[in-house]
Amino acid sequence: MTDLNRRLFLRGSAATLLGCSAAAHPLLTTVTLAAGAPALGENRLVVVILRGAMDGLDAVQPLGDPLFTRYRPTLGVQTGAQTLDGYFGLHPNLAALLPLWQKGELGFVHATSTPYRDKRSHFDGQDILEAGTGLDVPQAEVRDGWLNRMLQVVPGLTAETAYAVGREALPLLTGAATVRNWTPDLKLALTPQSRLLLEHIYHDDDLFRDAAQEAMELAAEMDLDRMSGETMQAGAAKAPKRLADLDKLAQFAAERLRGETRIAAFSLSGWDTHRAQRGSLGQSLTGLERLVLQLRSGLAGDWDRTLVLAMTEFGRTVAENGTRGTDHGTGGAMLLAGGALKGGRVMGRWPGLAEADLYDRRDLMPTTDVRHWAAWAMRGLYGLDRSVLENAVFPGLSMQDDPGLLR
Amino acid sequence: MPDPSEIAAFRFGFGLPQARSAATTPEAILAALSGPDQGMALWPGPSEDEILSLHHEALIARRAVRKSGNDKVLREAYNGLARQVDRQEAQHARLFFARALDSPDAFRERLSWFWSDHFTTMAKSRQDRGFPGGMTDHALRPHLAGRFSALLRAAVLHPAMLLYLDQSTSMGPGSPAGKRRKTGLNENLARELVELHTLGVGADYAQEDVRQLAELLTGVAFEPGVGQVFHPRQAEPGPETVLGTRYAGEGMAPVLAALDDLARRPDTARHLARKLAVHFLTDTPDEQLVERMAEAYLRHDTALLPVYEVMLTDASAFAEPRVKARQPGEFLVASLRALNLGGAQVMRMAPKPFQRLLRDPLAAMGQPWARPRGPDGWPEAAAAWISPQGLAARISWAMEVPGLLVEGGMPDPRALLDQCLGGLAGEPLRIAAARSESIREGVGLVLASPEFNRR
Repeated sequence: MTDLNRRLFLRGSAATLLGCSAAAHPLLTTVTLAAGAPALGENRLVVVILRGAMDGLDAVQPLGDPLFTRYRPTLGVQTGAQTLDGYFGLHPNLAALLPLWQKGELGFVHATSTPYRDKRSHFDGQDILEAGTGLDVPQAEVRDGWLNRMLQVVPGLTAETAYAVGREALPLLTGAATVRNWTPDLKLALTPQSRLLLEHIYHDDDLFRDAAQEAMELAAEMDLDRMSGETMQAGAAKAPKRLADLDKLAQFAAERLRGETRIAAFSLSGWDTHRAQRGSLGQSLTGLERLVLQLRSGLAGDWDRTLVLAMTEFGRTVAENGTRGTDHGTGGAMLLAGGALKGGRVMGRWPGLAEADLYDRRDLMPTTDVRHWAAWAMRGLYGLDRSVLENAVFPGLSMQDDPGLLR
Repeated sequence: MPDPSEIAAFRFGFGLPQARSAATTPEAILAALSGPDQGMALWPGPSEDEILSLHHEALIARRAVRKSGNDKVLREAYNGLARQVDRQEAQHARLFFARALDSPDAFRERLSWFWSDHFTTMAKSRQDRGFPGGMTDHALRPHLAGRFSALLRAAVLHPAMLLYLDQSTSMGPGSPAGKRRKTGLNENLARELVELHTLGVGADYAQEDVRQLAELLTGVAFEPGVGQVFHPRQAEPGPETVLGTRYAGEGMAPVLAALDDLARRPDTARHLARKLAVHFLTDTPDEQLVERMAEAYLRHDTALLPVYEVMLTDASAFAEPRVKARQPGEFLVASLRALNLGGAQVMRMAPKPFQRLLRDPLAAMGQPWARPRGPDGWPEAAAAWISPQGLAARISWAMEVPGLLVEGGMPDPRALLDQCLGGLAGEPLRIAAARSESIREGVGLVLASPEFNRR
């Protein structure tokens, strides 16, 4: 099996699947690099997956829509949004980003979503978001994420080119292209002999062999106390600890991005706000705000060549639920930041909030596909050929018109 | 050549050497499971009443702190109670180790883990931290070998679940309480009940079914100090229709009927059968086996023992290859077992060493105790655990911690290998274990090996 096939599919049924439909399957289009597709150059891309479904309507509030307050008696206007453009307002916990908005370094896409509909399951929604596929591809057969597939078409990658940062698995960046992983405070002490012996015993087990190489490379030394401590208590972390953790991640990423690294990806959880959303969403937005600001200061001069894309699996219900929260919805919002961005605007077509305009009469109607924005971002940053983006990175996507994301 | 009983120890238990009089054949495993709960008898945990009343006290104390505007004395009183709750949570973590190490009925311990994960809960407030472990002991364990319908009722109506998935605050929008407080529905429990606990996300249900089920569930609530209760004033008036069945009437009866109906759906049978096969056998189970397990489930009115029986008597159940990865919790128990540690040693470890040598490493390996990533629980794919970070933490633990735990000298790595792998060890590992520079590293190699970490 070729490398390309191997990385795209494998899960027991791979052989049959390839046998019967390889020719027709969009994911298996042979990837030939479009002539002149450049190496990544100087531009940086940071992708942040917001796990749990961020409420786009609370982050970027359609204050100009008279229906908005009716749907959101305690959320929304009551939170004290800061006006962005006369129509949309910014959640107060993102207010520290307003100077970026004014300089055009911050923007949003509203009413956007993956092709996923109806079941509103976080887990399926995230799978599709990170796989970057359409609904025609069974998720069980997807073996890599769209950001990794983008790297697969770029020649001359080094191990340092891309980093998955943090403790959570990141399917987005998983796949055949070499990617480094980094988590704070996890180091490993091994004598050269132990390393050799471990390599030896892992040799015949692909999974262990692949993981061990990186585990050992990442490691300089480890002492037991590094396993302890607050960073390990993921879910239990209180806000300040969480922010301290975020700082570490952002600082590490910024440092790498100032060097050879061009792509970094994170995930932030804590967006599933079924009740008492004001408190919980506020905390999560503060984290996102902090992440953007830390990246900006950490990247210094390189911020001008950076784009940050923060995306989530779907939006939440337009109406508040009975417990001052919101339930799983469809159309959501995406945050974009960076000196490379032509921001200062809320992009995407606003569908309106009249009941007839809603999806399923309850959710914001998605008017664009999140992959459209990610594809144009990558085309803008790296000049990737449109056919490569539409076939290999986001199989089956039609990119539509250029939204002119970058300066 | 591996012996089937060695495979059984890995796949349906916590590894070698097995506990004395351990069940190693399908018949013996099923017979043990039909008997009393030996793990609980060996190492009982806090009672449901103890957990409920400590929670209640802590909650009252916390409210008093708030009401007083953070009075220092009241704050101290609350902190004392909160620390007791923390100790309850830590106690549950220790009990997991102790029962898994000592019980001859290891499959029950593995099932206890499986069903706790299927019905994932997590404490959202500090005073709630005794509930998830209490749910495992008192709601799940009594029904592990019984009917799923009973297991489902017990799990879904347990305080841990009602609190975790916001059920207590969900009110019928047309109910007296909903109207008066201007609050309403929260779909969280209804959605996970359908998506995760019963039908599975691939099943044929619609948003409206979730909504109707959420309305049907209104009134079901948790009351501190008491447990699950039904508040008629929060219940949405009128009948609801879920998956084509109409549920009318007052109180818990229609709720219980709906839960029973969900348990009996063919989609539920397939979802549970597949999940069991994926957890215990392989990430890509044979569809016919899944189908046979589902059939057994439906034929026996949701009884679980016949489902386990189909799985355990399948030709693949006691054969190589072992393609799954032990989850971090299993890896640590199996390592302690390999090093001849027993439950009593874990139970008497001081809090700090327990935290540092077992609980923190569990988190470093990607499975922090009582802190699942979401209601869908822990991942199953081997690759999710044997990641660079996850494996680095296993290697580090294997190289560093056994020397701190073992009393009276570390075992010879070659003897350890025979003891904890038997015929399952490959030739390269035998050679490596003999060539390591030190006993410490040799033990580390054995415990970090693919043979030890696969099941």
